[in-house]
Amino acid sequence: MNNFRLNGSINTEFINEVQKRSGQNISLCYQCGNCTAGCPYTTFYDIPVSKIMRYVQAGLKEEALSCSSIWLCATCESCTTRCPNEIDVAHVMDVLRHMAREEGYEPEPQIKTFWDSFLNSVKRHGRVFEVGVMGEYMAKTGRIFTDMDLGLKVIPKGKLGLKPHDIVGKEEVAKIFERYNQEYKS
Amino acid sequence: MSSSLVYAYYPGCSGLGTSLEYDRSTRALCAALGIKLIDIPDWSCCGSTPAHTVDHTLSGALSARNIAQAESLDVQGIITPCPSCLTNLKTASYRMRDEGFKNKVNKLLDTPCRNDLPIMSVLQVLFEKVGPDAIKNKTTIPLKGIKVAPYYGCIMNRPPKIMNFDDCENPIAMDVLMEAAGAEVMPFPLKVECCGASYGVAKKEMVTTLSGKLLDMAADCGATSMVTACPLCQMNLDLRQSQVNRANKSHHEMPIFYYTQLLGMALGLNDEDLMLNKLCVSPNKVFYSLREPQRAEAS
Repeated sequence: MNNFRLNGSINTEFINEVQKRSGQNISLCYQCGNCTAGCPYTTFYDIPVSKIMRYVQAGLKEEALSCSSIWLCATCESCTTRCPNEIDVAHVMDVLRHMAREEGYEPEPQIKTFWDSFLNSVKRHGRVFEVGVMGEYMAKTGRIFTDMDLGLKVIPKGKLGLKPHDIVGKEEVAKIFERYNQEYKS
Repeated sequence: MSSSLVYAYYPGCSGLGTSLEYDRSTRALCAALGIKLIDIPDWSCCGSTPAHTVDHTLSGALSARNIAQAESLDVQGIITPCPSCLTNLKTASYRMRDEGFKNKVNKLLDTPCRNDLPIMSVLQVLFEKVGPDAIKNKTTIPLKGIKVAPYYGCIMNRPPKIMNFDDCENPIAMDVLMEAAGAEVMPFPLKVECCGASYGVAKKEMVTTLSGKLLDMAADCGATSMVTACPLCQMNLDLRQSQVNRANKSHHEMPIFYYTQLLGMALGLNDEDLMLNKLCVSPNKVFYSLREPQRAEAS
């Protein structure tokens, strides 16, 4: 486990921003570890969720935003459900992901690419086109054999729509993304 | 049971592909139980997990477009079979109680959302509005001999403040409905543990590990099948069961039903509506055990 210094200047701006964006009072966390105990993903995390909360309390921005864990969190809500101080921990993890994206951290490029491909599909068709998402993901990651075995199983069952499901209002959905980019991402 | 249950129905994208059988059996079951579903006109994707990992206003707007579309209908609320769609719609609606958030969301939409319709899962309506007695009374083929582990998935009931349904650690809705239909419900302690969610593509070992635990536990509890309410859980446990077996050196052949398929079977719905042939792990063995006691009774 790495040690970190708390006697330097504390990044209070980071603490305040996480609190403001998540609406959570981070100082309420007394490190009981209940979130980590119930987290099904701890096995795969580089930093357990309770320690990420501690990083935020200590204003350790770089450490909190550069870890893999915030990309591996599935928002299963056990941490939020079980926090004795009613901190919405999953919401904090989401906010850290937003900030990590904005600051260009990309420790799990495959996950980010999968999510981006999913949203591109929604923007393009109004609904997710599963085959299209996989196609874009495989093209961008070079992992062209991803789930080939499963494709061979579901195609004969007619469970994989081979055509996109364009909706009438797909422009309307595309405009949600465009307005979001203009309003909040400049 | 009230005869005037009319809901706006949000099918969710997976219902058009990987969970065709869930959508079909849900519609048929609702019709058989007197619930009228009106599809939300021109519904769009809720953005699922990818949207909320990017931004909450964007995620809220993708859900709110659908809530606004439903507001043009004369309905008691919005219902959806998919827990991921449900959590997105409900979270958006919960956050829009804050006027500031609502304004930000509405700025992204062509048609603003009023946000005054209740949102529920189909399971909640079946459990609370229809009830186990109605299921029991309408059951013509009791699910005798089926030993089932009910698996709710992580987000149908959590966080309780937003989902507001059943128990967040030990939900019982599916257990009770399955029992009403005559199935033997096994005690299953991992009801709300995560299956690995959508990481099957980008981080397969997370799914094979977590779904592997669920299958091992269900088998250890004596279940011969599992029943789910979530398209992603069903896909991880059924379609990916061969990958799970390969990764963990296990040999499960556990059929994974949607609860609507099993209830539909008990109510005597036809094969076209149940679409049991869409399951990857064959349920034939389980059907044999279902028919066995009935055969014994008949002879």
